[in-house]
Amino acid sequence: GCFVFKPSSKKRKVVHRTVDDFKEHNSDPEDAELRFLTCQTLWNQIKSETQQIQEDLNKQLFDNLVDFLRRSHAERQEKTTEWTCRMKSREIPTAALVLGVNVTDHDVTFRSLTEVLQNDITPYTALLEAKDCPGIKNLMQKLMAQLMNCSLSVDSLEDEDYVQVSQKKIRCSMTSLVNWYEAATKVGDSETPSKKRTTSERCQYPPVVVIFKDMESFTTKVLQDFIVISSQHIHELPLVLIFGIATSPMIIHSLLPHSVSSLLCIELFQSLSCTEHLSTIIDKVLLTAQFPFKLGEKVLQVLINIFLYHDFSVHNFIKGYQLCIMEHFYSQPLSILCCHLVDANKRVNSLSHSQCENIRRLPSFRRYVESQAAEKQIALLTEDTFLKETVKELLGELLVYHENYVSVLRCLHVFTSSLPKYPLGKQIRELHCACLEGQVWETEEYQAVLQLARMLNKSDLVTVLQQCVEIFVSSSAKESDKTVEKLKDFLTQFQKLEEAFQEQDVSVPSQKELQKKTDLYHLQKTLLELKESRRSKKMTQFEMLRLEVVDYIDSLVRNHLVPADRRTLHETVYFNTASVLREHLNAAPRIALHTALNNPYCYLKNQALKGDGGGISSKAPDICIVYKLHLECGRLINLVDWLEAFSTVVMAAEGLNADAASSDQVDDIIHARFIRAVSELELLGFIKPSKQKTDHMARLTWGGC
Amino acid sequence: MPNLEHPAYPAARLLQLESLVPCRESQVSMLLSIFGERQHFSFPSIFIYGHTSSGKTYVMQTLLNTLQLPHVFVNCVEYFTSRLLLEEILIQLQSRSSETEQTSHVSCDTFNDFVRLFKQAVKSQELQDETLYVVLDRAEQLREMEANILPAFLRLQELTDRSVTVVLLSEIVWELFRPTTGCFEPVTLYFPDYSIGHLQKILSQNHPPEYSTDFYSAYINILLGVFYMVCRNLKELHHLAALNFSKYCEPVVRGEANERDTRKLWKNIEPHLKKAMQTVYLREVSSSQWERLQLDSGEPGQLKGLSAHTHVELPYYSKFLLIAAYLASYNPVRTDKRFFLKHHGKIRKTMKKHEKTSNHLLGPKPFPLDRLLAILYSIVDDRVVPTANIFSQITSLVTLQLLSVVGHNDQLDGPRYKCTVSLDFIRAVAR
Repeated sequence: GCFVFKPSSKKRKVVHRTVDDFKEHNSDPEDAELRFLTCQTLWNQIKSETQQIQEDLNKQLFDNLVDFLRRSHAERQEKTTEWTCRMKSREIPTAALVLGVNVTDHDVTFRSLTEVLQNDITPYTALLEAKDCPGIKNLMQKLMAQLMNCSLSVDSLEDEDYVQVSQKKIRCSMTSLVNWYEAATKVGDSETPSKKRTTSERCQYPPVVVIFKDMESFTTKVLQDFIVISSQHIHELPLVLIFGIATSPMIIHSLLPHSVSSLLCIELFQSLSCTEHLSTIIDKVLLTAQFPFKLGEKVLQVLINIFLYHDFSVHNFIKGYQLCIMEHFYSQPLSILCCHLVDANKRVNSLSHSQCENIRRLPSFRRYVESQAAEKQIALLTEDTFLKETVKELLGELLVYHENYVSVLRCLHVFTSSLPKYPLGKQIRELHCACLEGQVWETEEYQAVLQLARMLNKSDLVTVLQQCVEIFVSSSAKESDKTVEKLKDFLTQFQKLEEAFQEQDVSVPSQKELQKKTDLYHLQKTLLELKESRRSKKMTQFEMLRLEVVDYIDSLVRNHLVPADRRTLHETVYFNTASVLREHLNAAPRIALHTALNNPYCYLKNQALKGDGGGISSKAPDICIVYKLHLECGRLINLVDWLEAFSTVVMAAEGLNADAASSDQVDDIIHARFIRAVSELELLGFIKPSKQKTDHMARLTWGGC
Repeated sequence: MPNLEHPAYPAARLLQLESLVPCRESQVSMLLSIFGERQHFSFPSIFIYGHTSSGKTYVMQTLLNTLQLPHVFVNCVEYFTSRLLLEEILIQLQSRSSETEQTSHVSCDTFNDFVRLFKQAVKSQELQDETLYVVLDRAEQLREMEANILPAFLRLQELTDRSVTVVLLSEIVWELFRPTTGCFEPVTLYFPDYSIGHLQKILSQNHPPEYSTDFYSAYINILLGVFYMVCRNLKELHHLAALNFSKYCEPVVRGEANERDTRKLWKNIEPHLKKAMQTVYLREVSSSQWERLQLDSGEPGQLKGLSAHTHVELPYYSKFLLIAAYLASYNPVRTDKRFFLKHHGKIRKTMKKHEKTSNHLLGPKPFPLDRLLAILYSIVDDRVVPTANIFSQITSLVTLQLLSVVGHNDQLDGPRYKCTVSLDFIRAVAR
């Protein structure tokens, strides 16, 4: 059994949901309209940003592919007269595109690939999916329909000969495709000599590109037949195949026998791994002060876990991120403040009283108030205008905190990633999670980082520092100038140290002394002395400087990498309810079913069902009663006993007295209800009829044995 | 060597034909004697079989074209339904008579229609006094069409009452065609494989104009010495010869050796050909990549073949699911308790070794979903929640062809799977 949960269903809701909708179903309707609009604009920004990132990441791959396609048929057309070209069998140029197991991401890739191809190479592209092509017939039909932009009748699939007599329909054979191609290229020449063909890159006979989206799912026979057929027409129809491969290129050999694969001229193209893709997305979208919305630690962890543990799909990650944005704006009335500082300040001014109360209720704000002086506390809690001023200040502080946070985090990452064994994780996302989780400097790993950093050699340290300088220079944070100065200062000190060292003689007398002594006793003595002196020796200048640098970095971390939930007003921009996200994205069908049957109030919201303390409520739906009763049984359930128990529970509800219940005869209606409930349970797969004993049901769920 | 002789055809034509079909003279003369003269009624159906690239299609095509016999040539793979096939034959027939005039679309659903239309077409073309040849290439595909197609084609002469001969070309023997209900037995003709001498002769025929025949045939000799063991496919050998010839000529072009210096040339080309056998012949490296490599005169070793990229990155749980599936496929059920339970009984070691070898030889066995999940729970360290994502991962593993479903797809309760990956793959995943 497979339960597929589509995160995209949520998106559809956004599209259709009007502002009113957003308002109506909301428990906190304040400023719903504004929130909705903010949410929309923010999401649109993020969406375009992620698309841009994806395009940039795929650029290299696409460039290579386009190159390959240009080459594939051009060179053959040039020198057809040459001997080697006559002698060689003409293979179909094929690009094997290894895209990784995240099949959900392939859609986007292929869509942009088709776009690129249509812009640069050829108007004739077709994208085939395995589910559309169970047979060669369907494949040809699909292919021709896509190439010729005409719709062949698909509804008559059940007919063996689907191409009916009607004149406009075309015979689905390669010959008609070849004829069409000849006609199309001819027409293209005469009609549009200047329009699209001005680009000299586009040759006279553009190749026909056929993309097989998921190579693994195609049946062997369909692929083989198609390749054999098209190889016979390669002279007339410049075909290029692109295989989208999810696993490894070995699949080509396992799908196609040598006689078929020898008709292909396969070149391999590999896309960027999805983990790198994710890192870029996190780097460019999450770890930037550009977008005001932030993810809390748990939420980020959930998203990353789904990615790493389950699907490797960047697409799903972004969808999850979108869900977070929506949930945040939907559930948090103060999310109107989650926008750029200038807008936020304006919005603070126009906050209503109830919104001010909302602010006062925020735990982080309460903490802040408690830390203030008594008069100020009163002012904050009673005067809205004063509160607004304070909130503006605090929001400004929050922004500064974010800017600093990002650059210091990157700086720390540069340090940790240069250390052996990566005590705080190899990726910046791990470091980010660690910093969000709690005070990172209190963790053991951080201590280990400092220990190791104190042992870095000079060249490493200098390169790390240079990288840090670059990070701070590029960041927009206000305090970064100071930091840059300080770091540059360190660098010049290192420089000086080096110069000073070079001026010094390289005379190390002790070594020579060592060689002189041949006596074992003396040798041992000198060695001991050397060791002693080394231990007691004052630290060299370099070591002192190194210590200073590490201490400085440590101070930066302590100042700026405070976990976000310690910051006042963090609730406005951080989304932290991981449970909602988990419920939506990583649903557990079995648990949901159990909850529904065990505690129907959870879904039905009927007051009568509430307050069910372990016992079996008679008001619950029949199936719930039956389910609860069956939980108490062993592997085999006696139907008669079960019915008895069921009728007892139900009778108790109907308030019938004891003697009616004690009579052996069960009411017919109750009997019928019982049978229906049991068969419903069977349908859900909890029980099945047992062959061991006739009047027993076997439990299928665990706990029965 | 039998020289082709036939009273019906001019000698010059026959001579030309002979030069075009080297090493197939006996088959051609056999065919000619079956065909008889143009106006003779020939045998209704001829079945020609032979291994891949033993020249069946080529000989047939050359024969019919050179002697200008009226014919229709159809590939049964390309016209994959009976309807397409029949229509294609009719279209070719019509276009024979009137090349300029575009014929209207014929539609032909049944063989009955075909016979009717066929008669019309033949009549309109004044072909009555000549035998028409209908050649069906890759005829094994006919078996997958409707049951009446093959027997009807074999009796086409009788059904249409015209002078027509159907020639079936196939790679498999006639016995595999014969329908259970019985049919007209065609004349069968076998095309044997080319011997090494034949191959040498045929390949040497097409030498490049810049070089002498001897030089090229020496090259072919070396090429066959390397490739004859693995490949007797003429087409493939042609291709390989063309691909590697420039490398062979290199010393001559550079002036380091002359054309007679076979030993030197052999030393130069032999390792190169061996490399080609491992890469380009298996299509591990594409032909165009191979050519580019030769131009740059780089080391062939730097180019990684397709099989070099075997690593598949999988999500965390997918890895464990795959490992669990592998364990479930190759371990017998009764050992589960021993391997995956903390408190199992004594381990008897006696049978173990014997079991292991035999299980790997026997291949994967199907296992139910529940067993897969149970093993998964025991091999993953922390608690696994059976979320929808886990289940969908199993399905995606199936679509990636790493697992396969046993039995019907629509069986919702208790689906059974098999693990289809090798031990090496699992080792790489488990690392």
